[in-house]
Amino acid sequence: MPRRTDIQSILVVGAGPIVIGQACEFDYSGTQGCKALREEGYTVILINSNPATIMTDPAMADRTYIEPVEVDVVAKIIEQERPDAILPTLGGQTALNCCIGLHEAGILEQYGVEMIGANAEVIAKAEDRQQFKAAMERIGVKLPPSGVAHSLEEAQQVVAHIGLPAVIRPGFTMGGSGGGIAYNPEEFEQIVSRGLELSLNSEVLIEKSIAGWKEFELEVMRDRKDNVVIVCSIENLDPMGIHTGDSVTVAPQQTLTDREYQEMRDEAIAIIREIGVETGGSNIQFAVNPENGDRIVIEMNPRVSRSSALASKATGFPIAKIAAKLAVGFSLDEIANDITKQTPACFEPTIDYVVVKIPRFAFEKFPEAKPELGTQMKSVGEAMSIGRTFKEALQKALRSLETGNPGLGLKAGDMWLPSAPRRGRPSVRDLKRRLAQPRPDRLFTVRDALKSGISLEEVHEITRIDPWFLAHIAGLIATEDQMRRYGSFEDVPANTLATYKHNGFSDEQIARWFGTDPARVRRRRHELGLVPVFNRIDTCAAEFESYTPYLYSTYETATEVVDTGNKKIMVLGGGPNRIGQGIEFDYCCVQACLELRQRGYEIIMVNCNPETVSTDFDSSDQLFFEPLTVEDVLHIWQTQSIEGAIVQFGGQTPLNIALRLKRAGVNILGTTPENIDLVEDREKFKEMLEELEIPQPNNGIATSTEEADEIALRIGYPVVVRPSYVLGGRGMEIVYDRSKLKHWMATAVDASPEHPVLIDQYLENAHEVDVDAVFDGDTCVIGGIMEHVEEAGIHSGDSTCTLPPYSLSDEIQDVIRDYTRKLAEAAQVRGLMNIQYAVKDDKVYVLEVNPRASRTVPFVSKAIGLSLAGIASRVMAGEKLVDIGFTKEIVPPHYSVKAPVFPFNKFPGTDVILGPEMKSTGEVMGIDTDLGCAVAKAYMATSRTLPLNGTVFISVRDADKTAVEPIARAFADLNFRILATPGTKRHLDQAGIPCEQVYKRGEGRPDVTDTIASGEIQLVINTPSSDPLTRDDEKAIRTAALHRNIPTITTVFGARIIATAIDSVRRHGLGVRAMQDYYAAAATQPA
Amino acid sequence: MNDTPNNSDPADASPSEAHLDDARLSDGKPCLFVFEDGEVHRGRHFGHDGESVGEVVFNTAMSGYQEVLTDPSYKGQVVVMTYPLIGNTGINPEDEESDGCYLSGFVIRELSPVVSNQRATRDLNSYLTERQIIGIEGVDTRSIVRKVREGGAMRAILSSVDTDVDSLLAKVRAWPGLHGFDVVQEVTCDKPYPWTQGLDGPFLPRVDEAADVGGDKRPRLAVMDFGIKRNMLRGLHAAGYDVQVFPASTTAEAILEHAPDCLFLSNGPGDPEPLGYAISTIRTLVNGGLPTFGICLGHQLTALALGGRTMKMKFGHHGTNQPVIDLTTERTEITSQNHSYVVDGESLDLGAVEITHENLNDRSVEGLRHRDLPLFTVQYHPEAAPGPRDAFYLFRRFREMVNQHAGV
Repeated sequence: MPRRTDIQSILVVGAGPIVIGQACEFDYSGTQGCKALREEGYTVILINSNPATIMTDPAMADRTYIEPVEVDVVAKIIEQERPDAILPTLGGQTALNCCIGLHEAGILEQYGVEMIGANAEVIAKAEDRQQFKAAMERIGVKLPPSGVAHSLEEAQQVVAHIGLPAVIRPGFTMGGSGGGIAYNPEEFEQIVSRGLELSLNSEVLIEKSIAGWKEFELEVMRDRKDNVVIVCSIENLDPMGIHTGDSVTVAPQQTLTDREYQEMRDEAIAIIREIGVETGGSNIQFAVNPENGDRIVIEMNPRVSRSSALASKATGFPIAKIAAKLAVGFSLDEIANDITKQTPACFEPTIDYVVVKIPRFAFEKFPEAKPELGTQMKSVGEAMSIGRTFKEALQKALRSLETGNPGLGLKAGDMWLPSAPRRGRPSVRDLKRRLAQPRPDRLFTVRDALKSGISLEEVHEITRIDPWFLAHIAGLIATEDQMRRYGSFEDVPANTLATYKHNGFSDEQIARWFGTDPARVRRRRHELGLVPVFNRIDTCAAEFESYTPYLYSTYETATEVVDTGNKKIMVLGGGPNRIGQGIEFDYCCVQACLELRQRGYEIIMVNCNPETVSTDFDSSDQLFFEPLTVEDVLHIWQTQSIEGAIVQFGGQTPLNIALRLKRAGVNILGTTPENIDLVEDREKFKEMLEELEIPQPNNGIATSTEEADEIALRIGYPVVVRPSYVLGGRGMEIVYDRSKLKHWMATAVDASPEHPVLIDQYLENAHEVDVDAVFDGDTCVIGGIMEHVEEAGIHSGDSTCTLPPYSLSDEIQDVIRDYTRKLAEAAQVRGLMNIQYAVKDDKVYVLEVNPRASRTVPFVSKAIGLSLAGIASRVMAGEKLVDIGFTKEIVPPHYSVKAPVFPFNKFPGTDVILGPEMKSTGEVMGIDTDLGCAVAKAYMATSRTLPLNGTVFISVRDADKTAVEPIARAFADLNFRILATPGTKRHLDQAGIPCEQVYKRGEGRPDVTDTIASGEIQLVINTPSSDPLTRDDEKAIRTAALHRNIPTITTVFGARIIATAIDSVRRHGLGVRAMQDYYAAAATQPA
Repeated sequence: MNDTPNNSDPADASPSEAHLDDARLSDGKPCLFVFEDGEVHRGRHFGHDGESVGEVVFNTAMSGYQEVLTDPSYKGQVVVMTYPLIGNTGINPEDEESDGCYLSGFVIRELSPVVSNQRATRDLNSYLTERQIIGIEGVDTRSIVRKVREGGAMRAILSSVDTDVDSLLAKVRAWPGLHGFDVVQEVTCDKPYPWTQGLDGPFLPRVDEAADVGGDKRPRLAVMDFGIKRNMLRGLHAAGYDVQVFPASTTAEAILEHAPDCLFLSNGPGDPEPLGYAISTIRTLVNGGLPTFGICLGHQLTALALGGRTMKMKFGHHGTNQPVIDLTTERTEITSQNHSYVVDGESLDLGAVEITHENLNDRSVEGLRHRDLPLFTVQYHPEAAPGPRDAFYLFRRFREMVNQHAGV
């Protein structure tokens, strides 16, 4: 069956912002989908609110809408574009939910839009727990004993039957939001209540806990002819009880015999048939009882998923691309396998290596939340690695994570190093306790336990990790312990050194054990000819020739790298997503690939994040799926002649290794590592600014508490304190007095001459400004000037900002332009730079200069309609901006607003306030010719409702009482009812603003949290005070609001712009407009 | 790891060539794997201590090594597993596909340090020792696969007792290979026997429907054993037959004496052409109108019996992910395969037989049906074991054909 000719245009729904449970894998799938559909000649209309995606590049679709992925908004797009079909399966749960909403609202029927890939009936059958259960019973597939409840009472009845412990899963949520395992009635009640609240259909599934069983996943595809293939099997190292997104996972499955695997496969096929997914991919999760092989199905996702992205990268079989083609009528046998070219996509990939994925967590950002793993997903990113053996892949994955571990153990300060004292090692009892409660560091706990002499059997009993995995970890430990035989590194025989490498030990690990330098290990290896080869990922275990250079390193005998002799540039990616470094950097890397490939370069991409577009083998000419360490990158560098490496697009990851790469002979393109170092070195940077006569907040560097105290007194409180060389404002805080400073120095950091602490004057109530610019040595062009909505002091990644600025005068903007140029020249930037400024009392201060791509580059690129990263990559390759034709700043005639998205709901106990430490996982963009409407769209796109009327609760700290007056007045003018706490009310009364009083907590009932809980309040404006006495009260207010999903504004500036947004929406309503139309309008405006 | 006899002294080996010898820090004895063209791979020995020659083939299945080891069709072959980690699930009594291991050697990347499966009763290493099969681990299996892919199946020798490459090379070159020889005689049964076990083991496919087709009466099925796998017999029994297995060289007359209602032709090793006795038996029986189903070697022999030709493939199909399209329904099934010879589609009298199935990868013949006689055959393995059971329904289809023919 060839492609369908009865449809011409297809609306592809994106996943919106990056949140926990839904990351850039949906940019990967969406981008593949758009490409595949356009390749087949369809008109693609795209909606996604996330500007940091490749899919929202105007070239990826015919019509691109950067608008909130909300039913009302998509309905407007449908009305405007009249697509023939809508594809809901590539944009995660967000897209699925949105399309179900469109279906239920009758929009699809009204406009005759067909849901392709999976229809509403299929989605409901897979997602609605009751329907799913009934379907499974029909085909004889076992599920855990369970029941569905829509209220706490119903839930109690269900649990009376199945007993505790029980797993609670809310219907229609992603990443297991609101779910959990309840071990006692109290916990049960708590989790059920939360789950009912979070579930889109107020439904929870309660099922018997099967924690401790083995967990597996199959990626299944089915076409219109009923051909079904299993693309990949995945086995979780972590047993049931830990969300699969938080589990260490391995492909293919390792511990099932073929009979057991085939029975699971048969069941998966029966399931996809019964659910009725006719044209696309699904992910099916199973649990297996290790005692007797009993198997039950956990769930099925009738769409592409995080696991399907992983499976695609693990096998070379592009699931999303194929899913898109199936959705428009192709069958699997009609689609070619891109890698082998000769054979069709209708087959099951077989692999001859082992893939390990390890999640990356961000608990350090949420110190109030316990770093414990359970059924609710908490990880923010993941690294994948490939090796010929599990041991090799595991060690590579651990060093890919960039958490300071060069592999399984042997990091700096490892307590098992020969030089480490025996004291300080944990007791066996302590270790057993740690084994019992899985945490992000559990693999290291297993190592500690085995090292301490706890038996493999006992570790298995406690952790329920399969003995197969434990035996391999024990094998690594045995190899490590065997190093004891040799007095020094030089004594290690060549064959034994080869064994270490074969088992995945990095040069850094080996060097650390022997107390030597990794460079010395590397030198000796090269002398011995002990270097890795590169094998291809080819879907077929070498049965057929592969035409796609998708490679991984391993210590084998024959390399499969082919040097084409073309001129080549290497692009280093950003590694696993984390807070502060995510999809934005992958966007930049991919832009560089696209642009430089067009200019005739062959691109060698290096990255280890399976979620990304950059690790799509389609994005580059050669893809090396490798850890981003000096050792691994150098091996790639040495495979062929490469002109240079781009390190400024992958965030901090490649920058951290740039200098060492350069010293080892890598030609770094763009700004030199030395110049990057110059602006990161506070002393040198200060000198530079003094020379340029550019002001910066008073500052100093302290290496001890005494020094810090002295500096802070000199500068004057409040001050901003932070450890040097950090990303995303890690550990950064605003400190208002001496005692706080001493507390912070004592608890938050371990200041030393190697790890100094930076102390800056805090400019209160200043406006913060971000600037992205490109400099080629002659010409400096501003990409965009972004004014933050929140005052300076809130991490720029967590701020809402507008482009162009909403309040800065032309004079101030000119000063900023002037400073930017001077700084670019002084720092000898080649390529991109990002500068953060603060503006206070009409004076511009420089806060920070980053001579690299920033988080805002994709946003700016979308706002102005030009790819800044693409342009910068050409500059780095030696072109001049004059020749590229980019010589003038573009100030668009529309407003673009960027707003952050936070994971607070995943970390119970965390306060919802913003500060200098970044906490957001993603961002959205609102765009409109009216500032208020743009803000409103950005706000809506973060999945919060913007109340157009109702009641606003206002409670602000003393310092904000005057500033909040005009805001309260604005709300009063908008006919909002205003509730205020006594202090704020007094102030508003004096200003003549009508408001009602509500009790503070502890002063009477109903108090403010009661009022929030009863649903009376639609908007909370609450600025945090620095007073610890009131902080708990405030936290309770914000937490109550969070649980009811009531928008909470914690800054005065933020409140002001929300009032503007409400006003705008009430006046104009919200329209939708394609990016292509915005750019066309901008192009015709007079310069 | 690759070197030629000229520089084969282990002491001269550079670390990059020799490093795998020490991969598990085990005291595993060295083992040599020498190809007829002189290429040498050095690894660690496991299983039986000794020496063995064979034709090198690679199998791309990621699970099911026990079924591979016990598949009689590998007689005379050295099997290289492309999946690098082998032995994870040990060995269990249920997954034996025959009562022996007939392959000449087993080549893997890494032997599992542990057995982890609830059904396992022993580990792979001791099992191969008992079955007298030589294993080698710690060799670059992917480079071997690429060699076989480019150069085709070739002869090689495995030895843990002789470390002299030149001597090994002489031995491997002295071995005549499999082409043109009858190896079925070495794997077929000695005398006829009935088979009475159905699909009642753990984790087996369900063919409940098959039992319904025929009512109470079990048609008498004669099975020609060219090296049969047990799952075929289980599937046939489950499909409601009264199963009697005969040695490969049984004559048509002897089979007919058993008064069978239908005939099944099994899989088996090697080249079909030298099996003139079997071809003539088949010709007599199918032309006599006996409803017949053939698998793998049984399929090839049928083609020969009907006047077609077979040819040796470059490296064959050995794995569990081969896509086969049913040309009548246009549906694809993912199949388990193990064959080095193939029916030449051009040699067939398409007036008499119809090609019903094709391999999607290389368009080779995967299934035949006779236009007049009640006869169909497939090149692949519907009984799976190892591999997908997408085609298991063929046992039922055979039963339907038998019923129809018998006018039930």
